[in-house]
Amino acid sequence: MSEEKFDVIVVGGGLAGLTAAYELANAGYETLVVERGDYCGAKNMTGGRLYGHSLEKVIPNFAEEAPIERKIVKENIALLNEKGGVQIAYTSPQLGEGSNASYSVLRGKFDQWLAGKAEEAGAMMVTGIRVDKLIEQDGKVVGIDAGGEEMYADVVILADGVNSLLAQQIGMKKEIEPHEVAVGAKEVFKLSEEIINERFGVANGEGAAILCAGDPTDGNLGGGFIYTNKDTVSVGIVTTLSDIGRSQLSVPKMVERFHNHPMVEPYIKGGELVEYSGHLVTEAGWSMIPELYRDGVLVTGDAAAFVINLGYTVRGMDFAIESGRLAAEAVKRAKAVDDYSADTLSYYKKLLEESFVFRDMKKFSAFPAILEEHMIFNELPAFVGDVFNRMMVVNSEPSGDLVVGIANDFCKRFTMAGIADFVGKLMEVR
Amino acid sequence: MMKKMTIDDKLGLDIYNTDEHESHIDVDLECKDEAEIMKLVLACPAECYKYVDGQFSFSHLGCLECGTCRVLSHDKIVKSWNHPMGTIGVSFRQG
Ligand SMILES: Cc1cc2nc3c(=O)[nH]c(=O)nc-3n(C[C@H](O)[C@H](O)[C@H](O)COP(=O)(O)OP(=O)(O)OC[C@H]3O[C@@H](n4cnc5c(N)ncnc54)[C@H](O)[C@@H]3O)c2cc1C
Ligand code: SF4
Repeated sequence: MSEEKFDVIVVGGGLAGLTAAYELANAGYETLVVERGDYCGAKNMTGGRLYGHSLEKVIPNFAEEAPIERKIVKENIALLNEKGGVQIAYTSPQLGEGSNASYSVLRGKFDQWLAGKAEEAGAMMVTGIRVDKLIEQDGKVVGIDAGGEEMYADVVILADGVNSLLAQQIGMKKEIEPHEVAVGAKEVFKLSEEIINERFGVANGEGAAILCAGDPTDGNLGGGFIYTNKDTVSVGIVTTLSDIGRSQLSVPKMVERFHNHPMVEPYIKGGELVEYSGHLVTEAGWSMIPELYRDGVLVTGDAAAFVINLGYTVRGMDFAIESGRLAAEAVKRAKAVDDYSADTLSYYKKLLEESFVFRDMKKFSAFPAILEEHMIFNELPAFVGDVFNRMMVVNSEPSGDLVVGIANDFCKRFTMAGIADFVGKLMEVR
Repeated sequence: MMKKMTIDDKLGLDIYNTDEHESHIDVDLECKDEAEIMKLVLACPAECYKYVDGQFSFSHLGCLECGTCRVLSHDKIVKSWNHPMGTIGVSFRQG
């Protein structure tokens, strides 16, 4: 058994881990990243949109060199019922300006690029190795055990994603409950760049996001998403685990139903499937944040449940990057005083509290409760469909009074108690 | 309609380095609780869990390593769950 000692060991070469490693290696610390995938990104899947602001702070103008797919300039929200739906498109120059910009990304490529940056900065990358255990001495985390090989460090940063078995092992994190996470499944379809430009109404390098609620998950809590990549389109669904069994559709069937939906299929028609993937998505966010620091260890990114999931849209990559950066800040401070106790490392939590990570997660903390009402996924898309049908369908049937008709549709879909409850929860979010 | 593909067709597009013998998930195939079994059948994105004519089966070969089955049924049907050993399992080129 060999024994090596580093300043910092990072477990997990995703966005959180690689950002921390980049920052620490740049500061001159001996940093080791251990990733179980064959390469960084091999095990990682996302919907597709990275809000650029947090990486911008770490690598200014990163989009000029990083393998981003397209800059998102068109936002769409769609409420789908079984056969149709309503799609609202939003474009604004503000969407793509400076640090407001967001980009579609594919993690297989993107994480490899970031790993390359961390390596250039001096970090050591070990891929294809699974960390099995944290080594503890006198209650302090002092290193890792990977297949019997022990490696030691002043600090271990856990960036091992939503299934952080390591944080669970030492009791920093509880086992996840079904209402706290969703399962996501995604297909990537190959089309040409020109066809994508045409179908989504965008220019080269520009892209669209379509976030869908309603039919894709057969009324389950969750939704569907479509993101344009350079010459592929990502299409997927997300559905909460506590809702499994509510619909008799399996997750793979939901994916099929979504890509065959009459509002989705025209975008991807003729496209060739090139990959199918699945991943867990943190849903409860704020209420499931684990212990973030202990003697010799910090928890970042998805492992720390830093995600806002509104069902139809998920945001976790910018949090992962920011938390990786802040973990690096905390480690630098600990190095300066050569003290890696929980007390010194608690600076990480202080930084998080002052950052947009905690601010935004707190703001949306009541949202999972709203979503559990299911109204957004069932009654609302159905009602909006009713209204548009009344307004748009012209035929020789008697049309009746529009307002009375809409009022009737409304009463058919909603109860006053349901609405009162929904509005109440909505107010809590503010 | 898009071209119809089975789950095996879809998983066949992904890159796997599988350990045919060693499973990273230990499943209680003796379980008779149908509701519990159906949850896994419906939720697994790779259809690793099957329940056909009262016969419950599991194969780790197409596993996408998402963790869904562990969260749904730890301490019940899923007796233990780990990430596969380094380099083993699925590799996403797109992700
Ligand atoms: C379907 C879906 C859609 C999403 N959509 C969006 C979106 O549009 N925008 C957005 O911002 N966010 C989105 N998210 C969330 C986002 O993908 C995550 O928040 C983000 O990937 C978290 O990054 P991370 O670095 O913390 O974890 P990960 O990217 O999961 O990285 C963890 C790494 O640790 C490695 N690892 C784990 N255990 C070990 C071990 N024991 N030993 C060695 N290595 C290990 C893994 O292989 C992996 O590389 C989505 C997520 C899903 C699933
Ligand atoms: S980890 Fe995910 S893909 Fe693998 S068997 Fe469990 S549910 Fe299926």
